[in-house]
Amino acid sequence: MKPRTVHALSRFNVVSLALGFAFLYVPIVILVIYSFNASRLVTVWGGWSLRWYGEFFHDRAMLEATLMSFRVAATSATIATLLGTLAAMALSRGGGFKGRTLFSGMLYSPLVMPEVITGLSLLLLFVAINAERGFWTVTIAHTTLTMCFVAVVVQSRLGSLDRSLEEAAMDLGCAPARAFAAVTLPLIAPAIAAGWMLAFTLSLDDLVIASFTTGPGSATLPIRIYSEVRLGVKPEINAICTVMIALIAVVIVIASLVSKLSSDRGENAAPL
Amino acid sequence: MSARFTFTRPARLAAIAPYLWMLLFFLVPFGFVLKISLSQTAIAQPPYVPVFDLTQGLSAINGLAELSLDNFRLLVSDNLYVLSYLRSLAVAAVSTSILLVIGYPLAYAMARLPRRWQALAMMLVIIPFWTSFLIRIYAWINILQHDGVLNKFLLVLHLVSAPVVWLSTDSAMYLGIVYSYLPFMILPLYASLAKMDPALLEAAEDLGASRTRAFWLVTFPLSLPGIAAGTLLCFIPIVGEFVIPDLLAGSNSLMIGQTLWLEFFTNKDWPVASAAAVALLLLLVVPLALYDRLQRRRLEQAR
Repeated sequence: MKPRTVHALSRFNVVSLALGFAFLYVPIVILVIYSFNASRLVTVWGGWSLRWYGEFFHDRAMLEATLMSFRVAATSATIATLLGTLAAMALSRGGGFKGRTLFSGMLYSPLVMPEVITGLSLLLLFVAINAERGFWTVTIAHTTLTMCFVAVVVQSRLGSLDRSLEEAAMDLGCAPARAFAAVTLPLIAPAIAAGWMLAFTLSLDDLVIASFTTGPGSATLPIRIYSEVRLGVKPEINAICTVMIALIAVVIVIASLVSKLSSDRGENAAPL
Repeated sequence: MSARFTFTRPARLAAIAPYLWMLLFFLVPFGFVLKISLSQTAIAQPPYVPVFDLTQGLSAINGLAELSLDNFRLLVSDNLYVLSYLRSLAVAAVSTSILLVIGYPLAYAMARLPRRWQALAMMLVIIPFWTSFLIRIYAWINILQHDGVLNKFLLVLHLVSAPVVWLSTDSAMYLGIVYSYLPFMILPLYASLAKMDPALLEAAEDLGASRTRAFWLVTFPLSLPGIAAGTLLCFIPIVGEFVIPDLLAGSNSLMIGQTLWLEFFTNKDWPVASAAAVALLLLLVVPLALYDRLQRRRLEQAR
């Protein structure tokens, strides 16, 4: 009798897993460790210190950029979640309506479209309509990008829902609006929450689109970090990056708790 | 039966707001890119001569005579552009191949983990995707710089006698791209491998196929959709990549995203930048259409 080899991990599998995850995490760990380095030279270890965190919290320009980034991310994620959820409803429950192909094409393309193109095209639009560039132009640009991600996340959840539940509600005389609020919405809520958080972090991350669409005096955090990084490695940047990583880790923990609490059955929608 | 409520009509109404938004902020802007790519450069604010203005009504049509393909001629005739297009395609092809070679064994091993561990492994792959792109590249600059961790490590082990130049090289750029896009490759591969019925492999092995043969005859063909999805998901954005080559590669040869950025921000030549964007888009139309089809089929299957 042949041994059952199919379920066992081979040595090759274990090595791939170990190397793969080491590759993904070692650089981030090194970055975090060096943010606590007391020495001004990033590469010389001068003992543990919180000095660079202090510098960050006294750097007005950096703090303003951070605030700007958070305002943009929160606003655009909220609008994007609203629009993306509507789009997902239309695509998964609207049947074959006129212009559907164009609609889904417009929603999927930004997912992979090079950011330089999206950024440039939006800037040209804003210039053509004479919009003053700043908070709102960046917010609109980020909303356009992130609502597509929200739509995909929510749509995949809607696709895996048992439709007979909402149909039963309507057969029993519920108007569609009520059936949606009472049956569908609670079921897709985790996906909507995941979509919001994905939109938030994508907006917080974006450098290219923000660079094109922002105006003087309203730099976002990635724009500031980028201009500093171009000049070389600075320990203060390590500290800022560590703060960002910690924030995102908190968001992910909340996200996974939310989806664990609400998806009682095994099918939990991945944040991607 | 006929009086039954359905979601169809309200769902179609739900499309209105996002539809208008995408038309206004996604499709219409491309019209502007196209329009400005056909106009002349000017030293003005904004730096181009308008080609036609719909507010002028019918007389705008006369303006069409001033449309020029000069910017596109420049793109074709100037080596800088042709070379950066070719370089972008080459970099994307090489990186995607490396990603596939690294990502496949990892996704394969993940799919064979016990069920409980799979969710954790998946989470571990996704977390870096949530952390900022810029931060991840910056992390590598920390490691690769002249007196960085990598050189110190190599010196201590006496593998090299003097610090090696890692930054501003193509290898650093490939490393950065592979690092940043690995989750995009692993997730679709894992999704298609995890769906596979292990009984198929058992059957192949019971019928006398060796492990390697069973892999190439059964597992690999069944994972082709995942390979296609992962390849497109990485290839298309890498072609237009800006941040990674800008921070990690040398400045002697540019990718098209960098050229576009340079024309726009440094040379302030908006028409040429727009023409470069149009050309980049044309270059990506085929893979984009493929991606669109794949995405739609996946969602239809999910239903």
